[in-house]
This record gives sequence, structure tokens and C-alpha cells, in this order.
Amino acid sequence: MVTLTLDRLSARYGRRRILSEISTPSFAGGQVVALLGPNAAGKSTLFRRILGLLEGDGSVRIDGALTERPLAYMPQDTGANAVLTVYESVLLARMQGRRLKVQADDMAEVDRALDDLGIAELGERDIGDLSGGQRQLVGAAQALVQAPEILLLDEPTSALDLHRQIQLLSILRRLAQERGMLVIAALHDLGQALRFTDQAMVLKRGELIACGPTEDVVTPELLHRVYRVAARIERCSRGEPQLIVEAAV
Amino acid sequence: MHAGMNASTTDTASPAPRGRGFYRALVLRRQLILAALTLALFLSLCVDLALGPARFSLSEVIAALLTPESVSQQARVILWEIRMPVALMALVVGASLSVAGAQMQTILSNPLASPFTLGISAGASFGAALALAFGVAIVPAAVDYVIPINAFVMAMLTAFAIHALSMRRGVTIETIVLLGIAMVFIFNALMALIQFFASQQAVSAVVFWTMGSLTKATWPKLWIALGVLAAVMPLLARHGWALTAMRLGDAKAESLGVKPRRLRLEVLVLVSLLAAIAVAFVGTIGFIGLVGPHIARLLLGEDQRFFLPGAALCGALILSVGSVLSKIILPGTIIPIGIITSLVGIPFFLFLVLSHKKASW
Repeated sequence: MVTLTLDRLSARYGRRRILSEISTPSFAGGQVVALLGPNAAGKSTLFRRILGLLEGDGSVRIDGALTERPLAYMPQDTGANAVLTVYESVLLARMQGRRLKVQADDMAEVDRALDDLGIAELGERDIGDLSGGQRQLVGAAQALVQAPEILLLDEPTSALDLHRQIQLLSILRRLAQERGMLVIAALHDLGQALRFTDQAMVLKRGELIACGPTEDVVTPELLHRVYRVAARIERCSRGEPQLIVEAAV
Repeated sequence: MHAGMNASTTDTASPAPRGRGFYRALVLRRQLILAALTLALFLSLCVDLALGPARFSLSEVIAALLTPESVSQQARVILWEIRMPVALMALVVGASLSVAGAQMQTILSNPLASPFTLGISAGASFGAALALAFGVAIVPAAVDYVIPINAFVMAMLTAFAIHALSMRRGVTIETIVLLGIAMVFIFNALMALIQFFASQQAVSAVVFWTMGSLTKATWPKLWIALGVLAAVMPLLARHGWALTAMRLGDAKAESLGVKPRRLRLEVLVLVSLLAAIAVAFVGTIGFIGLVGPHIARLLLGEDQRFFLPGAALCGALILSVGSVLSKIILPGTIIPIGIITSLVGIPFFLFLVLSHKKASW
């Protein structure tokens, strides 16, 4: 099974240091990891550094990968107005680095990604006609269609309504378990992180503040320290942890 | 949405073929459109060959094309030696300018990007004007080739200047378009300066050159332009998926493994070469590089496997039809092609854009 380990990972933009010496234990396939932190903590930079889009000190170790390109990345949605249907936009994510001719298994993979995310009915729509939430789901399909072993998602639920947020995170969790895929998602909703992720890492000003099982990491003390909010965590009737934010401090 | 997500739990093992069926139909439709454009291009070529001081019927033209020995010596000379290079040059130049415009629009994410708006045509005009007004040859060359070589050298120098400036830190793709527009103004000022100092006769020659004309086409020039187009097209096609991804924005393209900066530079060099060669041989025909790609986009979408050949075919067809019109509007006079394409093509383009329900940019 694939594992990902970060070892003293750093990144700079010019002379400005964005990430300093991020080291983590090995994250294994089958897990969902929440990447948490306030705005400008370095979450997107960490993704770009893991992907090799930014240079810097330290190393990213991927062990046990079965494919040449084990990583897929969904960046934050920026919108697009290309004259492409949803089906084509997902297909082209699949076809990068491949031959021009589309094979039957490529189309099967596109169908599977759209079905997995429940957006098969959007296939014929132009991407320019989609709502922000629909675009975000298409972005997730573009990442999933690459059949990754490690899936990095930058704020995948930011444009989704509550219902779809819960559905997407449930689907990601199920797919991680079914396919032995490691999912790392940058999230702002800590309640959802508590409910849907196994591990969490917390960044603040480019430094790793905490890393471990989500329930151990997301504590009232951490929320106070990182997000400057007073909060408590209670268990609901089903035993799931619930985050209750009381006030900004 | 909800139903779809529920369905996904049962459908994962055997995905529904609906998407695939839709996509296959889409591909077939696009292949038919490309075939129709090719047929229209062939017909336009035949009509273009048939028209002129000596008129031929379409059947005579087709006979001369398929079995040259079956027609008279006179018809063979007129069709093959005189009209064919001009008619084919219209196709090659139209395709080259349209492909150049299409890829400039793709990599710069700007619907107004074209060899004309990036200053490449203006650079070529300046190079040609130097030769026409003062007999200056930037590179020593045979008399027949001084004007096109001057135009080509200046067009490429303009392209390289834009490339060099675009490599500076902090230069965005929006800045590159502004750099191009700055180039247009610089060369316009230099052209005005040349016209101020040049003789009346030279000014006329410069003005005529800038209108664009196919009449100076010869077989050797045609082979050069065709050779460049034939070399560049596969190089662009090789990047088909990556170029399509560029239209999703740099961040998305990068996330899919594309290197936007490197690809942008490589494609700019290739399409500058295409545009420089085209403009060098026929003068300024700016409109094709803008409109050909837009029509192709409306007909075929932006999957480069269809968009690239579609842009080439649309550009070739527009210029070929323009060549036909340039002969029939005023019988006995061939109006410069650049004027025709602008007068006829721009209203047609506006009609297409305004009548299309969805904005493509």
C-alpha cells in the first residue's frame, strides 16, 4: 500500500519563507488526512511542494506506489470558460501525457469518475454553464479520473452546499477505503474534519503545529491557539465528535 | 445530484454507457464538420482556379487537376502555372494565420490575441517597407526575396522581443498582450516615419503591400510556406491535450502535469514562425488570425484534436473564398485580399458572435 512521508520540507517564494521544515509520520493509503490551518498558513504551498511544482529543501517520500504517476491534485477552483463539455474536460485530465487517440478504457475511467461523484448527468453540459459547486465536483472528477494512489484536494468543499459537502466527503472516505487511496484534503470546516478524516495536520504561518489522529489534534486548546476561537467538543447521540464554536477571542 | 450519488454505490463496477455514447456522437459530429469543411475548401479552390480573365468551367478545372494531359496546353499553363500557386497560397497562408491566431489565443487566454495584435504583422510590414522605400536588405538575398526576407526577419525579431520581455519576472500573460499592442504602435510610428521620408512611388508600394495580396505567389514561395506549415502542425498536435488543458487556466493545467511557461514559450516560437512566413509572402492579412479560430471554436469546441485542424481549415476557407470574391466583385480587377477578408469577413464574424447564445470567453 502506498505511503507518503514528508521530511523537513521547506519552500520559499523569492526570499520569503512559506514553509519551514515540515516533517510528518508516514500517511498510508486508505486514510483521509485533513490539512488544516487559517488563511495564508501555507496549505496550498504545501500541496504544490509535494507535487514538485515548487522547489525547496527537504524531501517527499512515496513508497509502495504501483504507478508512475501516483499523485493527482485538485487546485482551488478558479473558474474556466473553455468551450468544452464536462465529459471532455474530465477526459482531458485523464489523457495528459498519453497518446492523442482515446481508448475505450479511458472513456470507462471518465464514466467511473463521473458516476463516483454522482455527476454523470452533467457530462453533456458546457463547463462554462456550471455553478461554482458543480465546477468543484468536476474538478474532483478530473483528479479522480487519473486513478491516483494519492489524491490531494485543495478546499474541495468550499463552493458546495452543506448537503453536497457531506456527500463529497463521504464518497472520498469510501473511495479511500475501497481503493487503498490516500486522500489529503485542505479543509476549513473543522467539524467535518473531525467527522470524515482519520488524521490531521495543522499549519500556521508555514509551520506544522500538530499532526496525528484528528480527534487528538483538533482540541479546544488548538482551536484557541491557531484559529483564536473559544470552542468545545461534545459527542452526539451516535458517539461522533461535534465541534461547537462559542466565540472569537 | 442525490440520486446520482446514491446510484454511484451500485454503478461503480459497471459504469453507465450514457457518457460514452454522448462522447462518441460528439466526436462523430466533429469529424463530419471537418469533412464538410474539407469539401467546402476543395470546392472553393476549384472555383478560385476557374475564375480569372480566361474562365473555365468547374468540370474543366477538375479534369485539369486530376488528368492534366486531358486539357489543352493553354488551360494547363493557366491553371497549373499561373493560378494554382496563388490559389494554394491562399489556403496555406489562411491556414497558417488561423492556426497562429488559434494557438496565441489558447496560450495567452485572450480572444484578441493574433499575429496582428501581437505586433508580428506590424513588424513584418516595417521590414517590407524598409525594402520597398529605401531598398534596405536586412539580410543579403536574391532580389525576389528581399521584401519577404526583410518582413520575415522583422516579424521574428518582434516575436523574440516579446518572448524575451515575457521571460522577465513578474510578467503575466495579460502583460504579454499589452507588449504586443505596444509593438503595434511602435511599428506604426516607424511606418509613418518611412512614409514621411519616402518618395510618392515608394509610399504607394508600401501601402499596397500592407493591404495584403496573393498575386506575388510562386511555386517556390508556396513550397516554403507549405513546408513550414507541414512541419509546425505535427509539433502543435503533439501537445494537443496539454494545449486543451491550458484553456482551463495555468493552475489547473499545472495540476494536470502541464508546464505552462515552457509550453507557452515553445508554442509562441512555433506560431510566430508560421505567422512570419505567411505575412512575409502575402503582406498584412490580420483578420484571418482572429476570425478563423473563433469560427472553428464555435463549430468544433476547443479539444485541440479537432480545434487545430478546424482552425486551419476555417482560415484556409476564408482566404480562399476571399480570393474568389476579390476576382468577381470588380470584373477585370483583383482587389487586394486583405481588404476583401475584412469587408466581408468581419460582418460575418459579428453575426456569428452575436447570434451565438453562449459567450466562449
